[in-house]
Formats: sequence, C-alpha cells, structure tokens
Amino acid sequence: MTEPTLQTTPSQTVGPFFAHGLDWADGAFVVPEGTPGAVWVTGRVLDGAGVPVPDAVVETWQADPDGRFDHPDDPRGAVRREGFRGFGRSATDPEGRWGVLTVKPGALPVSEGGQEAPHLNVSVFCRGMLVRLVTRIYFPDEAANAADPVLLALTAPERATLVAAHTGDGYHFDVHLQGERETVFFDL
Amino acid sequence: MPLDTTTPDYRRDTASHPPLAWPDYRSNALRTPRRPLTLLPQRLGEITGPLLGEERVGPTDNDLTAGHPGEPQGQRIVVSGRVLDGDGRPVPHALVEVWQANAGGRYRHDGDRHPAPLDPNFAGVGRTLTDAGGNYTFTTIQPGAYPWRNHDNAWRPAHIHFSLFGTAFTQRLITQMYFPGDPLFFQDPIFNSVRDERARQAMIATFDLASTVPEWALGFRWDIVLRGKNPTPLENEDDDDD
Repeated sequence: MTEPTLQTTPSQTVGPFFAHGLDWADGAFVVPEGTPGAVWVTGRVLDGAGVPVPDAVVETWQADPDGRFDHPDDPRGAVRREGFRGFGRSATDPEGRWGVLTVKPGALPVSEGGQEAPHLNVSVFCRGMLVRLVTRIYFPDEAANAADPVLLALTAPERATLVAAHTGDGYHFDVHLQGERETVFFDL
Repeated sequence: MPLDTTTPDYRRDTASHPPLAWPDYRSNALRTPRRPLTLLPQRLGEITGPLLGEERVGPTDNDLTAGHPGEPQGQRIVVSGRVLDGDGRPVPHALVEVWQANAGGRYRHDGDRHPAPLDPNFAGVGRTLTDAGGNYTFTTIQPGAYPWRNHDNAWRPAHIHFSLFGTAFTQRLITQMYFPGDPLFFQDPIFNSVRDERARQAMIATFDLASTVPEWALGFRWDIVLRGKNPTPLENEDDDDD
C-alpha cells in the first residue's frame, strides 16, 4: 500500500540572530583538542562583492579516518569511534571567518565502483539565504581526487572551488556565495 | 555483489522550498549563487548524518520560561507537534533547536538594534529531543513582531526559528514557525518566498485547545515534515506483512 506523501516543511532563512540559538561552546570540535592527527579547517564566507559575511553558520559532516559512519543507514554497519563526532558547527566572526577542528576522513566506496576521495560535506546558512547551501571540501594532497566521481563531473575551474589550500596547521577553504569565484553548490 | 551505497534515497522536495534567488528579500541579492546547482548523488555521506542525542539537551532546555530568576513577560504558550518524514513516519530521538525574539520583538543579540526592551528573564533559546513517537514540546512566550529595514515600514510576522537534523545530511532543515491570523504576512518577503500555497500555509501553527493548559498557557500545534525516502526492497517486504 502506498501512503500519500507529505509535503516537506519549507526552508526559511536562519536570520541574523541565530547565534544564541545555534552557538555551541564545543561546536567547532569534530574531535577534541589534542586528538592525534587533528587539523584546523578554517576559512571565510564571502558575498558576491567579496565582502565577508559575518552572520553565516557553516556545518560539516564527514566519515571517520577509516571512511566509516556511526549511523544505522550505512549498509556496511555503524562504527562508533571514541572522541569523534563527525559533525562540526561554526558561526562566522565579524570578518566572516569560521573553523572546525577535525581529522581527515577516509575515502568512501561508491556502488558503481571506485570511491569518493576524502571530503567534508558542508552546509552553509546565512541571513539573506532562504535555503541551505550545500558544498564539499576536498583536500589538496589527495591522489584520490583525480578519480572522485563528483569532482570528475565538474570543469577544472569548478573543481578548484572545492579543494582547500594548505595552511600551517591545517587547511583553508573560502566559501564564495556568488561572483567570479563562486563555489560549486549542490542540489541533493 | 557490489556494495549498494545509494539507498535509501531521499525524494526531491524542491517545490516546497523558496527559490535560491528572491530579490524581494534585499540581502539575498549578493548572497545567492548565480550559477546553477550541481546534482549530487545521494551516497554514504548524504544518507547518514549526525545523530545528536541526550548529551546536547538539559532537562529544562525545552522550557524557555525557566532558568531565570523570574518569569518572562508575555503570553505563555506551549508549542508542540511531531517531526515526521515525508511518508508520515515519526522521526524519533532527533534534536530540535529553537530561538526567538521576546514578547516585545527583541532578540538577545548584540546586533539587534530594535529599541524594544530586553527581558532579563528571557533568553529565547531552547532545545529538545523528539520522543519515540517523534513528538516535541516547548514552553515559551509568544514572540513579538519586529521592524527591519528590508522595505518601507517592514515588519517581520511573529515567528519561532526551528533547526532540525532528522537522521540524514539530506534531511537537514532550518525553518520558521508562524502564528495563525498574523496581519503581517502579506508584506513579508521571507514568508512569501515560499511560492507553493499549501507549503506556505504549512509554516503556520494551529491554535489547539487540547494542548492549552487551563489557567496557564495557550497551546499551539505544529508538525514538521522532513524529506521522505523511497522504500528499499527490504522495507517493501516488511510492508507486505502489515
């Protein structure tokens, strides 16, 4: 029997005053400080004029370093990893900067064959946006990027918008909401 | 047999949502992407998501009137409802976060310049987990409308912000709950950015006498629907047993 499907509740803007609602003291910590191999992934959110967006919130979701998730819908089974939340949340500061402390995820198997290169799934919300923007952060030092099915479907300049840059203590990734260097955003 | 990493697949729900570009909302102009979105297949990282639980929620976090020396000003209300997926299945044990303005329409935020009083007894932030049946309840006060500079004499209808995770990255939703009969709907570009009439009306809570607490608080009901997923072959077999 097919049940009638319900219409999804519409998305609305996070607005300018989400900070007291969504700010978690430990939001940035996908892993606790001192975790071996932990890196800061930091960046800015910029608007179409290149102006920093001070009222955005960036969320990340990722596999653990073995490419596993602590989640029942993973057909390989859920794997819990102590001290690993998989999820990060960071509101931007007045200069549009955000950051999460995490460990690099493993690659993910793809049913058609091959694998997705290590990456973070990213949600961006801000005043002025009515829906969530979804993008991905890939790492610059991964040979697997060359065979990633999501990256392969993009042009070289588009691909470049999804690859972070090296910094001293991790990686840097700017989200360009609009403009010449507009980040690739996904419809999923 | 190769690993099937593509199930369950969450049905598309584009028609419910506002468009990316919505010029009536002034600050959208420089913040919305201009290039078309790229289709992302739903694989392992999309069908999973953070399952944030008890550790994020304190015992009185769903009572926004508690935790201060005195009672907040305003009309006390109880907002309750269910979190469902697109097939009407409850979403149990899922984190729901809310934030709102106080009775005078003022947020406790440094950036809020509306010259309405702050309420020392109201922070305007709450969180809870849905129960096994997907039910949630918040006790709070009726938020006030507030002015903003989007257009001439612009006022936001009273609303409560809701943030939901569901169980998959695909289901993540941030939205707003509105109150029935608000006279400000007609001029609000955020409310009216939802072009589908039925979806727009679904953002408005219903006054509910059954959940109204006698001599204490008005009850409002609001159900939230996250994306539904197409059944896997296994679930089809289960259905046959019903």
